[in-house]
Amino acid sequence: MSTAVSRGGGERLGRLLNLVPYLLARPGILVAEAADDLGVTERQLREDLELLWVCGLPGYGPGDLIDMAFDGDRVTITYDAGIDRPLRLTQDEALALVVALRLLAQVPGVQNREAIERALAKIESAAGDAAADLPVAVRMPGAGAERIAELQGAVQRRHALQMTYYTATRDEVTDRVVDPMRVVLVGGFAYLEAWCRRAEAVRLFRADRIDSLTELDEPSAPPPDARPGDMSTGVFTPSEELPLVTLRIGRWARWITEYYPCERVVEESPECWLVSLRASDLTWARRLVLSLGSEVTVVAPAELAEAVRVEARAALAAYE
Amino acid sequence: MSRTRTERLVNLVICLLSTRRFLTAAQIAATVPGYEHNAAEPREHEAFQRKFERDKAELRDLGVPLETGTTSAFDTEPGYRIARRDYALPDVHLEPDETAAVGIAARLWQHAGLAAAATSGLLKLRAAGIDVDLQSTLGVEPVVTVDPAFGPLQAAARERQEVAFAYRTPEDDAAQPRRLQPWGVVSWRGRWYVVGHDLDRGATRSFRLSRVTGPVRTVGPSGAYAPPPDADLMSHVARWSGPVEHPNRATVLVRPGRAAGVRRFAEEVTPGPDGDLVVLSYSDPDGFARWVVRYGADVVVVAPEEVRKATMARLRDLVEVHEGHGAPAGMLA
Repeated sequence: MSTAVSRGGGERLGRLLNLVPYLLARPGILVAEAADDLGVTERQLREDLELLWVCGLPGYGPGDLIDMAFDGDRVTITYDAGIDRPLRLTQDEALALVVALRLLAQVPGVQNREAIERALAKIESAAGDAAADLPVAVRMPGAGAERIAELQGAVQRRHALQMTYYTATRDEVTDRVVDPMRVVLVGGFAYLEAWCRRAEAVRLFRADRIDSLTELDEPSAPPPDARPGDMSTGVFTPSEELPLVTLRIGRWARWITEYYPCERVVEESPECWLVSLRASDLTWARRLVLSLGSEVTVVAPAELAEAVRVEARAALAAYE
Repeated sequence: MSRTRTERLVNLVICLLSTRRFLTAAQIAATVPGYEHNAAEPREHEAFQRKFERDKAELRDLGVPLETGTTSAFDTEPGYRIARRDYALPDVHLEPDETAAVGIAARLWQHAGLAAAATSGLLKLRAAGIDVDLQSTLGVEPVVTVDPAFGPLQAAARERQEVAFAYRTPEDDAAQPRRLQPWGVVSWRGRWYVVGHDLDRGATRSFRLSRVTGPVRTVGPSGAYAPPPDADLMSHVARWSGPVEHPNRATVLVRPGRAAGVRRFAEEVTPGPDGDLVVLSYSDPDGFARWVVRYGADVVVVAPEEVRKATMARLRDLVEVHEGHGAPAGMLA
């Protein structure tokens, strides 16, 4: 972001100004609970309280300073010196909350859409100027809403699913039973993240590739160590163990460098780029190369080049 | 920030919140602990002024609305105060289901800067007495990422400030300099775009944020233009989003047990001795040919002739391109 959320030291000041109203709203709260809630250690919170204790209104006498009462491990603010409300939302805070709520309200098939919209209106109103005329619009494709709602229902009811799934990388349809964990929307597609009993691993299933679906009575039971994946860099994280495919591509196939994570792109000449990417399966790479037509030649591996040659010749022979 | 500085700033905020009158820098120095100095001593006074400037900047960074003005016409020097109504987050009352929605929304960000902003926003809501439950889930969550250009472009759109940036589509041989009056930023199908008036083209244009290379620079003053009042940002990005019609039918022969990706879209399947005759719908022959050649010899187009021809033409190109075009020795390191 262009505008920094806080420049280093401002963080503590912001926390302190927030702490007084936070405690004021929760008389007698456990110090440990408050620390946990505010994302700091208990020791840090106690240091914050000690600092606040010597701050207050001009005069700075006993009746002017912020005051608090301790009862064992509990704390109550008894005098707030006028900082009884949190600071307004900054533009970045308003932006982050409002845009995320707008996106959430747009999710196809989401439950509680009405509650999300109510929350959005209230946050926008509380943010005031910080959220006024926010020049950010969001829309998600509405297609597949029904399927997403079905998947979401299974996640919430914690039921296992039996499904027929098309695996594009291997071009095969398989039946499998999975234990749903969550539904995520990444880059315009919806995915079910689930423990796959067939693969015995956490897998992502693209919603539009689930050809049929039955919710079982059986409970969803992912193993305790099954963890959702990190989606911050997209759904496909190329692993070094996968075969590296190198292609020489023409201008009209350059879109693949934007669409697939590429390990290396060398612009040899305007008409010729050398592109290396990881393929989860060489038959997938063969299908990719064939679909790109005369814009692409295979540089490596040699077995892919040969597979493409053989397949193209055999396919043409079927017509002649 | 040192403990003494933090303490001084807390006291400064409390002091300026409690006053109705504007307090001059000298009055503040005489009141708030930590600013004591001998104003008659030029070097000391300068040090105070620098310290006070830094402190004001710190408060403004934090979003504290520092007001400047004079209380009466006789005041020669402007003073400072903080208006409570500008400082305080207004009362917010959220129902439990609304609170849950806010908690979920706040953790959607995968972008570090916005994730931090969402968290600090949430802490302010908590301080307003709202108990946000971070455990609740909707069962479905968008993963929200933004490109580096998102921050500066939305800020410029909000300020109505012209921007300049380098832009490169994959088909371009080099990045092109572009100048834009941004109207707003749009998320469509998981991608971010900026929409605005393109000053070089003299027309409305949208740009994909992931194709902005390098920094976004603002040019000229804020409030330099006004977006058209009826501008529908989304319509400039999502205008080709209508459903694709597939009015035509093609018949293909699919080898037994092969080409699952084709069979998924079958409208009819008739098993035969050489494989299954599969009927599929399509819109244009070339697009269909491009799709079907990826399955190689597993799928052979039977009818109609226009699709057969288009497919054969593509296959001839493929054979020609790939014959003898192996990996030339020494090409790869």
